[in-house]
Amino acid sequence: MGKKYLMKGNEALAEAAIRAGCRHFFGYPITPQTEVAAYMAKQMPKLGGTYLQAESEVAAINMVLGAASAGVRAMTSSSSPGISLKQEGISYLAASDLPALIVNVMRGSPGLGGIQPSQADYWQATKAPGHGDAQILVFAPSSVQEIVNLVGHAFHLAEVYRMPAMLLADGLLGQMMEPVEFPEETPAPSEKPWALTGTGGKRPPNIVNSLYLTPSQLEEIVRQRFLRYQQVQEKEVMLEQYHTDDARYLMVAYGATARIVKSAVDKARAEGILVGLIRPITLWPFPTAEIAAAAEQAKAFLCVEMSMGQMVEDVRLAVNGRRPVEFYGRTGGMVPTPAEILNEIRRMARKEG
Amino acid sequence: MAVIFQKTKGLTDRDTHYCPGCTHGIIHRLVAESLEELGVLGDAIGVCPVGCAVMAYDYFNCDMVEAPHGRAPAVATGIKRARPQNVVFTYQGDGDLAAIGTAETVHAAARGENLTVIFVNNAIYGMTGGQMAPTSLPGQVTQTTPYGRDVAYAGFPLKVCEMLATIDGVAYAQRVAVNTAPHIREAKKAIKKAFQNQLEGKGFSIVEVLSTCPTNWGMTPVEALDWVENTMIPYYPLGCYQDRSEKGVR
Repeated sequence: MGKKYLMKGNEALAEAAIRAGCRHFFGYPITPQTEVAAYMAKQMPKLGGTYLQAESEVAAINMVLGAASAGVRAMTSSSSPGISLKQEGISYLAASDLPALIVNVMRGSPGLGGIQPSQADYWQATKAPGHGDAQILVFAPSSVQEIVNLVGHAFHLAEVYRMPAMLLADGLLGQMMEPVEFPEETPAPSEKPWALTGTGGKRPPNIVNSLYLTPSQLEEIVRQRFLRYQQVQEKEVMLEQYHTDDARYLMVAYGATARIVKSAVDKARAEGILVGLIRPITLWPFPTAEIAAAAEQAKAFLCVEMSMGQMVEDVRLAVNGRRPVEFYGRTGGMVPTPAEILNEIRRMARKEG
Repeated sequence: MAVIFQKTKGLTDRDTHYCPGCTHGIIHRLVAESLEELGVLGDAIGVCPVGCAVMAYDYFNCDMVEAPHGRAPAVATGIKRARPQNVVFTYQGDGDLAAIGTAETVHAAARGENLTVIFVNNAIYGMTGGQMAPTSLPGQVTQTTPYGRDVAYAGFPLKVCEMLATIDGVAYAQRVAVNTAPHIREAKKAIKKAFQNQLEGKGFSIVEVLSTCPTNWGMTPVEALDWVENTMIPYYPLGCYQDRSEKGVR
């Protein structure tokens, strides 16, 4: 770590990607992630890299597919409605075992929705990033510094496991300014013997493909891919536990919402309520085992999201009926306040005793 | 014994899945021969479409990627931007290039991407069993125009070379056919030129090849070749629609 910079989340994200060795960015303008593209447009020409404004999100993700198949670190960035358009390409990336980074700076939805912060794309990112049996890595930073740390990590794991990674942020994180330090060392791109580089007449052709017309063959390939997913679930879960050691009540929240929940947790503790926070940093793989273990000790859970309740379903699956799991959410671009959340904590504490 | 002719090294030994009388095989060979003769087979990266040529990755003897339907020009753009030293081509049918992928085609052309696009126009969706294509002719009977394509209802065919010729990023747009030996020789020259342009950084080059689909046209192979001559070529005249090969597009 070195010098400190005061940067907007979106710009820090772009700089972190460049420092991670990404030299190919393909995008299409959409609020509230525009600064990512603008930063890339400014920096990439100086570095001999590619910033290309595509004709659509559909084209942008397919340019990422092309660049990734050619073996380079490639990324795209968008926001909720744009991610829907990219889903076709994300499915193909996953099915072609290609690493790439997709950024979703979530905004209010569905439909055209709004442009204020939201977390309503949790299901899309973790359950159905595209059609078919596939998962992608999903990282949910909750500070500008964490955005920076996770960008390099996401590229690295995407290459290790040969699968797309998504950085799931929201308009709050994208737009806020915070001091950040950039890691000096970036993980070196791994060897990619599968990449399309031209045979040079020295090896048989490499084929990057997702078509298998024989069902038994397709089933086998999907099963092999799921063995890799299993490794990811075993090894790559990331979470933060805040005041969980003695907690009788556990909050679960991610991203920008988790910061607000932290303030509420501090206030509740000042009132003598023993409450803690589990903050998933990876949304897929989800910290199921950690939440299940926490259910041994906690009396009740309260999940807070900027949505009508999406991650709460994964919390309920992890808790598996052993404890009540409640939900509090705001949606449409509304951000919950610490006071609102504190009230919910008090209510839960009264109810559960 | 002296070898005076042999199969191009640009094709693998796999048997193709194409129907009897289909001219995809000829077009594959012309592309593969061009790559071999230009000495760039080892540098080539091809992008397959969705459609009848979806499995072209099994037939071309070079690195290949399978693109989502219509997205081949975007995928090729990503490859070429990542590896400008490689020779990148797409091989696309009419549904892929001129319906679902129209935006990707037009904008790759508008950017003057230094790519070679092989556009196989057989006026029908072959792989899905013979539905109307964006290039199906007025009056043409298909599975989804059983009374013939009524332009008052289903609209007009898209003339791709004529349309792309208006775009400043297009270095070369030529329409050829492979229904006769002389036409095949012309087609070979055009395809080779489209690759030569890429080697010289001239910009977006497209060769539209009028091709047959005896199976879905409901014709014998010979009737299909005649239909290209007598019905397709009058609507889609052969020739060069744009040529900025001298100076390039920039």
